[in-house]
Amino acid sequence: MTTVPSPTDVDPAGPAPTGAGAGRARIDDGDAAGLGRWRATGFVAPALLVVAVFLVFPAIWTLYLGLTNWRLTGLAAAEPEFVGTENYTDALSDPAFRNSLLLTLAFVFFSAIVGQSILGFALAWTARRLRPAVRSVLETVVLLAWIIPASVVAFLWLALLDRREGTLNALLGTDGTAWLLEYPMQSIIVFNIWNGTAFSMLLFSSALASVPPSQFETARMAGAGTFATLRDVVLPNIRGHILTNTLLITLWTFNVFAPYLITAGGPQGRTEILGIYIYRVALRDGALGEGAALSLIMIIINLIVASVYLRLLRERRP
Amino acid sequence: MTVRAALGVVGRYVFAGFVFVFFALPLLWLLSAPFDTAPSVQVSLPDFTLENFRTLWDNPYAMRSLGNSVLIAAGTMAITLVLAALASYALSRVRIPGRDTLLYLLLLLSSIVTGTAAMVPTFLLMTELGLIDRQLGVVLVLTGGLLPTAIFILKDFMDSTPRSYEESARVFGASSLQILRHVVVPIARPGLATIAVWAVVQVWGNFLVPFILLRSPDRQPAAVVMFTFYTEGGQPNLALISTFSLLFSIPVVLMYLFVNRRYGFRFHGGIKR
Repeated sequence: MTTVPSPTDVDPAGPAPTGAGAGRARIDDGDAAGLGRWRATGFVAPALLVVAVFLVFPAIWTLYLGLTNWRLTGLAAAEPEFVGTENYTDALSDPAFRNSLLLTLAFVFFSAIVGQSILGFALAWTARRLRPAVRSVLETVVLLAWIIPASVVAFLWLALLDRREGTLNALLGTDGTAWLLEYPMQSIIVFNIWNGTAFSMLLFSSALASVPPSQFETARMAGAGTFATLRDVVLPNIRGHILTNTLLITLWTFNVFAPYLITAGGPQGRTEILGIYIYRVALRDGALGEGAALSLIMIIINLIVASVYLRLLRERRP
Repeated sequence: MTVRAALGVVGRYVFAGFVFVFFALPLLWLLSAPFDTAPSVQVSLPDFTLENFRTLWDNPYAMRSLGNSVLIAAGTMAITLVLAALASYALSRVRIPGRDTLLYLLLLLSSIVTGTAAMVPTFLLMTELGLIDRQLGVVLVLTGGLLPTAIFILKDFMDSTPRSYEESARVFGASSLQILRHVVVPIARPGLATIAVWAVVQVWGNFLVPFILLRSPDRQPAAVVMFTFYTEGGQPNLALISTFSLLFSIPVVLMYLFVNRRYGFRFHGGIKR
């Protein structure tokens, strides 16, 4: 745009083809820079193109891929054939898949919904009444567990749980206990609680800060104990936060891949949560078609959890 | 009552103490092993040395992988920032038909098409495009995943910036791109900085995407290369791994401290992942 519009220009959207619509748009959104619809679309297009190619297309392509016998190598790699719903029926009747799904459910339930939520809330609740210095040290160490890269964190846990020289065995006097072989699932559940509690702690901290202090005061005057205060004052106020927290950590934990770095799914598939299972079937064993079918199942489960969450989000912000 | 209150205080500090030990215990190794002459997996007071950092410096793969991490993180951050700024500005100022649905769909997509769930189609797509074992492929896949959230957060920032400057600039004949660069970007700088830090942190620690898309060790980022550090005896090279871990963790910790200083943790609580 090289022409200089005069300040009294009646068409604020400049060269936009729909003068009337753009005029209304000014009132709605204030198109102060005179972008107009077409140029605005041009600004949005590059981002949409990248998202379309690298995010939307893979998701849609999965629908087709899951119906083929595509393989990483061999004959089916060159000319994949259409096999219909065979991959799905195979997957659903495969004990390894059902095992993986059950492990994933247990992993999400115990490490996220129970572990991270409760520990996160307990931390947020306790921290309010600790001395500020103690509180900030405690919060920092919880946050460090969250922000340090997954590869490093995985190695820290391998060192902690090491059979011969691990710090945990030295502390507990349980020399020679191979935690990752004897209690593999429990180990990655505790690991994931350690790794992800920071988010729940932060969310519940800000939730508790939003509870009106007068209500705490009233509860205290009425002689309510901790439990009664939690039930009658805190819970009604932070119900929305609890739901948000539960849905988000469910979604994230369901998609976690970090345990692969600790146990690689073993021993004998005992920690093969869904992400790790897909990796083994599709990229290590080379059954890409079957892997794609599994990917689609995972995307659909994600879709269910995420749409519940976004619906709630949209209802709350008018 | 006073006894009960005292018990409450004791209970709180005992709980805090236990939680502190639980979270600090695994981290201790990161502080002791890098400075130990003969690091083992056990935490011990180090027999102090900086020799391990020389080992790290002399390892060609280690230093190159950190360079790769910087390259991938910077590339992803730059593309995400530019594209998200353009898109969010336009979406904030002009009511393109279907805008709200578009934003909603973008956010939904980015939360369901995760690296883990979509690893098979992503791998195949990159194979077909000839982008396997190329850092550009990793950058594009990561950018696609980050853009929706970046646009969503930046649009909020853009919505809250005043429009009067843009009107003045336009009166003086500035083009839309000039207005964006010289008027809007300086005002929206806090938002842009947040997105930049967020993008770098996301990419820096990402293991899965480079793990499945990159083959050559000299192109892999630090998150992947760490798992190839073995001694001639086939044991993990702990001197190298521990120092490398420390060096690799410091940048994200510093960036978080920066964000925390500037905007507080309450804000970025929502933006990790």
